[in-house]
Amino acid sequence: MAKSLNFRTASVAAGFFLAMLGSAMAAEQIMFVSQGGAYQKAQTIAILDPSAKKLGITINQDSVPDAWPIMRSQVASGKPTWDVVDVATNFCLRGGEQGIVEKLDFSKIPNAAAMPAEYRSDYSVAYEFYSSVLGYNLKKFPDAASAPKSWADFWDVKKFSGRRSLRNHPLATLEAALMADGVAPDKLYPLDVERAFKKLEEIKPNITVWWTSGAQSAQLLNDGEVDMVMAWNGRISALTKEGAKVTYTYNQGILQSTSLCVLKGAPNLPTAIKFLNEAVDPVHQANLPLHIDYGPANPKAYDTKVISEARVKELPSAPENAKVQALMSYAWWTSPAGEAAEKRWLQFMQK
Amino acid sequence: MTTQTIDPSLRHQRREQALMTLLAAPAVLVIVALVVIPVGWLAAQSIYDNGFTLEHYRRIFTEEVYWRSFALTFRIALMVTLLTLLLGYPVAYAAAHAKRPWNVLILACVMLPFWTSVLVRAYAWLVLLQRTGVANQLLERFGLITEPLAMVHNELGTVIATVHILLPFMVLPLYSTMQKIPRELMLAGASLGGGPLYSFLRIFLPLSLPGVVAGLTLVFVLTLGFYITPELLGGGRTVMISMVVSRNVELYAQWGAASAVGVVLLVCVLAIFAAVGRIIPLDKMLGQK
Repeated sequence: MAKSLNFRTASVAAGFFLAMLGSAMAAEQIMFVSQGGAYQKAQTIAILDPSAKKLGITINQDSVPDAWPIMRSQVASGKPTWDVVDVATNFCLRGGEQGIVEKLDFSKIPNAAAMPAEYRSDYSVAYEFYSSVLGYNLKKFPDAASAPKSWADFWDVKKFSGRRSLRNHPLATLEAALMADGVAPDKLYPLDVERAFKKLEEIKPNITVWWTSGAQSAQLLNDGEVDMVMAWNGRISALTKEGAKVTYTYNQGILQSTSLCVLKGAPNLPTAIKFLNEAVDPVHQANLPLHIDYGPANPKAYDTKVISEARVKELPSAPENAKVQALMSYAWWTSPAGEAAEKRWLQFMQK
Repeated sequence: MTTQTIDPSLRHQRREQALMTLLAAPAVLVIVALVVIPVGWLAAQSIYDNGFTLEHYRRIFTEEVYWRSFALTFRIALMVTLLTLLLGYPVAYAAAHAKRPWNVLILACVMLPFWTSVLVRAYAWLVLLQRTGVANQLLERFGLITEPLAMVHNELGTVIATVHILLPFMVLPLYSTMQKIPRELMLAGASLGGGPLYSFLRIFLPLSLPGVVAGLTLVFVLTLGFYITPELLGGGRTVMISMVVSRNVELYAQWGAASAVGVVLLVCVLAIFAAVGRIIPLDKMLGQK
């Protein structure tokens, strides 16, 4: 009797303790910021909700298409409200240089150990991969054998007639120009900026539109405004799913990533780091491509068997596809030479 | 005795003045809080970054990139302004002279697109003007062209859409001025033997000038700040100054790099106002009397 009472007291106490622990854990929260739209929805299902559940934390979300200026003003204000930001990797690195982003302690992010060194930096962990690929209209090039397959083909206006579009931005475009000029995908960096711009001058009269948003690149290809385009793989595959007669090749694609980084002085720093580790967990990562056409950043995701064989073939970071592509060096783009190249772009566009 | 007496009308006038100042105070406060302080802050940032610096201005005045964008922006603004005047004057004239319900209908046609988002209208023009768009398809069907015309993804597309978006800003001041021109003056002109064209040129046109100047100034200044339209319809080559501002936020570590461009644009606009103000007094330009 006394024993059972003791047991009951103990179990009540244990329950109370657990409840306390639970509420203490539930009180842990972070503010996570990404780019919104279908992409953020896919992450929520594949990564954010499962991570929140597993860690027992609350993940509040915000979205903004262009996080960089806000990251800067938040840190400058001295009281940032964001913790973790999912942003193009170059902004994480630049943020690190400018003291806007926290330096990461990778001993607290064991899941990142399986990632290649190029996928992380002192300030960033790659989160997902996409690729700038050569896409084209199947009505214009119905025959795979005579379709453009490389940037050299894209530049060859005699052999491959048709209207063309490139992105109004130097990132990936300079890489494509150098590959068109014969540089091997794995020998691109440091970029020969002079040579790249010279090659771009060559194709410039044949570029109908320099696109600025991903949606625009898809619209141009879909409406037949252009026959060939450098665009992000997910934009073209989305068109294909809607029945558009378009396709793309991963050959000489430029593999790019967004990364997670933590704002300097983030209000929930320890929780943010815990989340960073959870976000690159192989299983969560493997779930992402089930909801959107982006590839996991943790290669171990491909060993989880969560992604079907057929699906693996479509993903930019799949080993077979990664092999034929160039991996963008964000370290180069945030170096002084890279920043100078970025500033030079407008001069090139105006002439 | 004499010192004690104050002219009652003068006292009334003073009281009215005090009342007016009081009534204007909230508006002045709002302007100070939302315009004067931010603009001052903007200007301060462009010259202060851990110490006084003119680096951002040096860049603007030495790098060709800025000069090209300023030149392009002013050229587009000039074209848009003249085109809206050419298109807007007859419309305003018709609206001012038509009888009900026609004048209402004309104004409604002008105002209706005004209530549609700028973004939606930019995309609408894309659908109309692109290579496979409605305009090119019609022209091809009627055999007027064999190759689709490049009407968008260039400066032309930008100008067309901007003219459309800003047309109400030309028509409305014109209409309000024209409406106030007494009809009798034209009748008097006719009775003195002036033909319709002569009466128009000698009487109506000069009287409508304040509306013309108001419309020109509004449209010109608004065009200088256009961003979405050239971004969507300019094909990447039409780099207007607002796009340079946004680019500088991305490229440079200091806000000053972007705000200096804004300050230079603001100074240009004020200079234009000052120049125009010398020809036509500012109060007249804004439609008083």
